[in-house]
Amino acid sequence: MIGQNKQIERKVMTGNHAVAYAAKLSRVQVVSAYPITPQTSIVEKLSEFIESGELKANIIKVESEHSALAAVYGAAIAGARAFTATSSHGLLYMHEWIHWFSRARIPAVMAVVSRTIGPPWNIWPDHSDFMDQRDTGWIMSFGMDNQEVLDLVIQAFRISEDPSVFLPVMVGLEGFILGGTAMPVDLPPEEEVITFIGERKQPYSVVEDRISIGNLTSPEDTEEIFMEMQKAMERSKELIRKIDAEYGKIFGRSYGGLINCYKCEDSKYIIFTMGAWSGDAMEAIEALREEGIKVGLARIRYVRPFPREEIRELIMNAKLGIVFDRSISFGSYGPLFEDVAASIANDKREGKLVNIVAGLGGVNVTSEDFVKIIEKNINKFESEGEVELLQWYHGGEVMGY
Amino acid sequence: MMESKVKIVRINEKLPISFPQNGAAGKTGSWRLYRPIVDNNKCTKCFLCELYCPGNVIETRKDGIQIELDYCKGCGICAKVCPQKAIEMVPETVEVKIA
Amino acid sequence: MVVPASCTSVVVGTSPKTSIGMPVVHVPFASAASVASGIRESLLINNKGDIHVIAWAGDGGTADIGMASLSGAAERNSDIIYIMYDNEAYMNTGIQRSSSTPVGAWTTTTPIKGKLEQKKDVAKIMIAHGVPYVATASIAYPHDFYNKLSRALKIRGFRFIQLHSPCPVGWRFDDSQTVDVAKAAVETGMWILYEYKDGKLEISNPSKYLIEHNSFKPIEEYLKIQGRFSKISEDLLKELYKERERNIEWLKKAV
Repeated sequence: MIGQNKQIERKVMTGNHAVAYAAKLSRVQVVSAYPITPQTSIVEKLSEFIESGELKANIIKVESEHSALAAVYGAAIAGARAFTATSSHGLLYMHEWIHWFSRARIPAVMAVVSRTIGPPWNIWPDHSDFMDQRDTGWIMSFGMDNQEVLDLVIQAFRISEDPSVFLPVMVGLEGFILGGTAMPVDLPPEEEVITFIGERKQPYSVVEDRISIGNLTSPEDTEEIFMEMQKAMERSKELIRKIDAEYGKIFGRSYGGLINCYKCEDSKYIIFTMGAWSGDAMEAIEALREEGIKVGLARIRYVRPFPREEIRELIMNAKLGIVFDRSISFGSYGPLFEDVAASIANDKREGKLVNIVAGLGGVNVTSEDFVKIIEKNINKFESEGEVELLQWYHGGEVMGY
Repeated sequence: MMESKVKIVRINEKLPISFPQNGAAGKTGSWRLYRPIVDNNKCTKCFLCELYCPGNVIETRKDGIQIELDYCKGCGICAKVCPQKAIEMVPETVEVKIA
Repeated sequence: MVVPASCTSVVVGTSPKTSIGMPVVHVPFASAASVASGIRESLLINNKGDIHVIAWAGDGGTADIGMASLSGAAERNSDIIYIMYDNEAYMNTGIQRSSSTPVGAWTTTTPIKGKLEQKKDVAKIMIAHGVPYVATASIAYPHDFYNKLSRALKIRGFRFIQLHSPCPVGWRFDDSQTVDVAKAAVETGMWILYEYKDGKLEISNPSKYLIEHNSFKPIEEYLKIQGRFSKISEDLLKELYKERERNIEWLKKAV
C-alpha cells in the first residue's frame, strides 16, 4: 500500500467525538462510563453509535466512575475489548480501580478529558487530574490536536493488547480546548484499523480459564508482579516507537514516538511541553527563531513510560531546558519537570534546567506568553549564567518559588 | 466482518492469578482442638452433617461417614446437627516427650 | 463469581492456590455488582450467555460501601445473581458495626451501649428496585437456600439473595452452635424467610407457619445464646420487638 493514494473520509469534529470515533473504529465491545463535564459527549456519541447499530457493543450505564472502570474490568477479564472515558473528579473517584486494573495486567483503553480539580468548582482544563495517575501502572499518552487524539486511541488498543506489554492505556486530551473544539479529522477505514489492531488479546480470561484473580499473595510474589510491570513499561517504549512508525506507513501519520520534536535539531534552548498548548508553544518557537534564537520544542506524547532516553539526549545537547508543567506536585515541582530532571540525574553538564508552572485552573497561556517566558529565561541565563529553578507564571508575571 | 474473538496469549511473567487446588489455606486440620468421632452403627446416612459442614470435609459413603481430618477444623457443627447423636467431639491430644 | 473484600477473600487461601473450583474474581470493596455486570455484558456480546455470573459479598460490601453499585446494577436489571452473606458486622476487620448490625448488638465500634440504630433492610431495598427476584435465606435452612438459588438461576435479570450467616467469633458463641443460632433467628422472627418473584411476595416456611400461627419464640431465646447481646438494655430489647412487629406487619401486607 506504500506509495499509493487512497480516499480517506474527513469529518469536522470535536476531540471528544474523535475519541468516540476511534473507539468505534477499534470495535470496542463493551463501554461503560459515567457522564462528567467535559467528557460527557464521548459517552453520548458512543451511546448513539450503539443504539443506532453502527457499533455492535454493549454499554453499561453505571451509577459512578468507580463502577465504570469496575465494569470495564469485568468486561475485559471476560474477554471483551472495553473502553471508558472520564475527567477530573471522575478520574479521581476511579483512582482505586486504575491501580487495580494495571496490576491485573488486563488490556483496556480509557480517554481522560483533562480538567482541573476542585475546590473551587472549575471545569477548565489543566493536567492535574491526568498527572495524578502517573504512578498507577497505566501507559499514558497525551494528544495535541483532535487528529492525534484519534490516532492515539487506535494505537492505544494495539499497545495495550500487545503480549510484550499487556497494560491498560489512557489517552489524555484537554477538555474544551480539544474536547469541545471542532477540527477536521481524517477517519481511517474501519477494516484497516481492525487489521492494524488485530484480534483481542489478553494474558488470561475468567471465561477461558478456571482461575482465581487477585487472591491473597505473599509480599515476595506481589513485588515480583510489580517488577514485571516495570519491565513491561520499559519494553513498551520500543513498541510505541515501532507502532507509531507502522501507523505512519499505513495511515500517513507518524509523530515521532514518545516525543514529538519541533525544530529540536540545532537547538541551544529546548522547551518541553505536553498537550494542546504545545501548538501555542510552536508559534512562540517560530517567533523566537525569527529573532535568531535557536530554540526548539520537544512535546512529550507519553508520560508513562517516560521517554528519558530521548529527553536526556536533547538536554545534553542544549544549554538551557525549560519544562512547562500544567500541574504541580504541591511542595515540590511540576511532575513533568521532576521526570525530566531525573533523566539527567547522573550526567555532568554545563547547562541549566527551569521549571515553569502555568495554565492551572484553565488559565489561558498564549504564544505571546510563551515568548515572554522563554525570552526572559534565556536572557537571564545568558547574562547571569543562572536561572530560577521553579517559576510560576500568572497574570503576565513570572514569579519565583 | 472479522469476527471479534479473544485470544489468550500466555506470558512467562508473574501474574495475580491462582489455580484451584486442595489445601490452599494449608492443612487447616492442624487448628483442630476437638476431633469428630463417628459411630457408624448409629448413623442413618441422613446427610445433615455433610450438608452443614462449613469446611466441606464430610462425605457420606455407603460404608459410613468419612471426615477428611487434614482439613477438619473441629468446629463441632456436625455433632450438633446429627439427629442420632452419632458424632462425638473428643479433645485432641498431643504426645509430649519427657526428657 | 465476583468477591469484594470480605472474609471470603481470606478463606479461599493464598496464591498460587485457591480453594474454590470455579473462576473467581477478587475485586476492591465497592465494586462487586459493577464487575459482575461487566463480565455479564462481555459474555452476552461474545455469545456466551449460558454462563452465570454471581456476586458474593458480605453485609459491608453490600449494605454499606457496595450499596451504590448494587443499586446501580439492580436498577439496570443487570443479568446477575447477587448473594449477600449477612453476618451483621464487619467481621474481616474484626467485628465493627455495619448498617446491617441489629439493634442492641455489641461490636468493637459499639463497645458499651450496643448498636443504637436499626438493621438496614437490604432485601426490602432490592424489592423497591422492582427487580425480578429477591429472597431471604438462612444457613440453617440449606434446602430452602438451594431451592431459591435454583429458581433464581432460571430467571433472567437482577436476582438478589440475602443469606443470614451467623459468625461465631463476632456474635460470641461457640462454633458448634452456628446452626442453632441461625435457626433461633428464624424461630424468634429476628430473621424471616421469604421470596419475591414476578412482583409477588411469598413467605417461606418455617417463617410462614410461624406468622400464620403467631407462634414466634420470645426474642430473648435468640439473644441469650449469643455474647453480643449479653448487655442489651431493656429499651433496645423493646426496639427489637418493635422492629420484629414492623417487619411482620409489612410482610403480611405485601403478601
